Amino acid sequence: MTIPLLTAAALTVDLGTRNPVRILDGISFELQAGRTLGVVGESGCGKSMTALALIGLVPEPHRIGGSLRLGDVELNTLDAERRRLLRGKRVAMIFQEPMTALNPVVSVGQQIAEMLEVHEAASTSEARRRAIALLGQVGIAAPGERAPAFPHQLSGGMRQRVMIAMAIACRPQILIADEPTTALDVSVQAQILDLLLELQRREGMAMLFISHNLGVISEVSDEIMVMYAGRIAEQGPAAEVLARPTHPYTRGLITTMPDIRHRQRLLPVIPGAVPDPRHRGQGCSFAARCAEAEDICSEAVPALRGHLHRAACVHA
Amino acid sequence: MIRFLATRTLGAIITLFAKSFIIFALIGLMPGDPLDLLAQANPDATPESIATLRSIYSVDQPLPDRYVAWLQAALHGDFGFSRIQHRPVLDIVVPALGNTLVLTGIAFVISTIIAVFLGTIAATRKGSWIDRAINLLAYAGISVPSFWLSLVLIYIFAVKLGWLPAGGMPHVGDGAQSWASHLLLPVAALVMVEIGGLTRYARSAMLEVLGQDYIRTARAKGIANGRMLLRHALRNAMIPVITIIALGFGHLFSGALLVENIFAWRGMGRLILEAIMGNDYNLALVCLLFTTAMILVASILADLAYTWLDPRISLGGRRR
Repeated sequence: MTIPLLTAAALTVDLGTRNPVRILDGISFELQAGRTLGVVGESGCGKSMTALALIGLVPEPHRIGGSLRLGDVELNTLDAERRRLLRGKRVAMIFQEPMTALNPVVSVGQQIAEMLEVHEAASTSEARRRAIALLGQVGIAAPGERAPAFPHQLSGGMRQRVMIAMAIACRPQILIADEPTTALDVSVQAQILDLLLELQRREGMAMLFISHNLGVISEVSDEIMVMYAGRIAEQGPAAEVLARPTHPYTRGLITTMPDIRHRQRLLPVIPGAVPDPRHRGQGCSFAARCAEAEDICSEAVPALRGHLHRAACVHA
Repeated sequence: MIRFLATRTLGAIITLFAKSFIIFALIGLMPGDPLDLLAQANPDATPESIATLRSIYSVDQPLPDRYVAWLQAALHGDFGFSRIQHRPVLDIVVPALGNTLVLTGIAFVISTIIAVFLGTIAATRKGSWIDRAINLLAYAGISVPSFWLSLVLIYIFAVKLGWLPAGGMPHVGDGAQSWASHLLLPVAALVMVEIGGLTRYARSAMLEVLGQDYIRTARAKGIANGRMLLRHALRNAMIPVITIIALGFGHLFSGALLVENIFAWRGMGRLILEAIMGNDYNLALVCLLFTTAMILVASILADLAYTWLDPRISLGGRRR
């Protein structure tokens, strides 16, 4: 078997220096070329932090432990300059809110062209020409006329297309999409998802797709990783996890998906909220909200059990 | 664009009219007029001769009538004579304004460049010793009074070391070297006082921008730090800084008042002081009006700078 494109092994992230807080704990997964790993969980579960750790932009001050390998290169020990050159070139990222993620005072064409100038030493005119071609590729009509526009002159969907054009400019091997459709109108969400999937098929990119919306995740993912309070709750092939969820949290997420076929008076909820990572206690972090919790659950953090389809629950 | 300039110019003219009336009224309401001074200086003057003089100079007319008379003359380009210098006011004010613009203009450019540079460095190295050193320098600049700093500079560089003249103007026809040596100390005094607040402001604007999502995007693109600061951060940070710079221009103008007096620089500051002390109201009025006009021009230039820096702002209220 070929080595995976990206391997995370027991990845940990601590923020702060004096009283470091463990934000991510024991994150392990593999990402193969052309495949999509969907990361799902509520706000504050560590999804975005996982993305920032992959791209090397965890806010300072921090400490990162464990291993993160791109092919056979260990990223966590790579020097800052070489790490920077990988960003955008081999691992690119799309953010949730395209309005604030694009620079308001630089034209969209220039923001895309900049990728080619930085990573491929393209001349200004060459970068400009390719930026216009990229705008066309992401489905923007009349790209030559749109290139000199500024972000505030475009619609939300168009802005996210610009973000995508920027991310794929250097044909990265891995695309991280952090809630790429969350800030968009529902009708535009589907268009952006289709665009991402089509580009992935054409370029053979691996994708790490982050969303709090299990519905979106189930549409795009080959594998699913369910995160809770900075740890993995459950992971495995998408069809497996969705059809036979073993962790109570995953089951909770699935039952809380609104179903359009049945009108419901009250939408089902998981009671409680994600615990603050500073006071997580020693047991399973989900125990306090879990209907199936027993005494044993609050004694020790359950290990991930299973082979391809794994869950961190004593009942699994 | 043209509409914007027209509206702003019209607004500036209205402001100047209003200001001219206010200054005229304030000077007119000051206790004592030039003829009182004349009467004090001449013990032989009888009340009758003073009254005759008052009517010759129209000082006995009501204030609004006097203002209208002044305004009519002013609109024809006649701003009157200086009482102490016995020359048309404009002949005095125009060269003084030139001198002040040279002094403040140079100080303005230098302090802006230094402040933005220091503010950027402090923001990118927030919390480090270099940030603290720059902060200390900024607070020193804010706290130190300009007249004290001027005196210290004169004491060190003119009296003790003898490198530079203690004050005065270069002579007509002097070369650049004479200008430079006469300008160096007053410019230094103005710059040191001015950069304090501006540096603090540039630092906070830069910190704000560095926390924005688009800076994270720029990092995620793999852009090197220097390019990120210049192309992505600086331009955004300059948008709020421009306001302070434009307002600071008025501040600089009033700061120059003290510094010009200490360094005997023949500029507006000195002239305003002399005019007010000598009850030379024609001169004082025109000096203050010119100063107002300068500040109005600076604020119009600031608005033009906004549109150049920020594409989201379009002049004339129409979205491009």
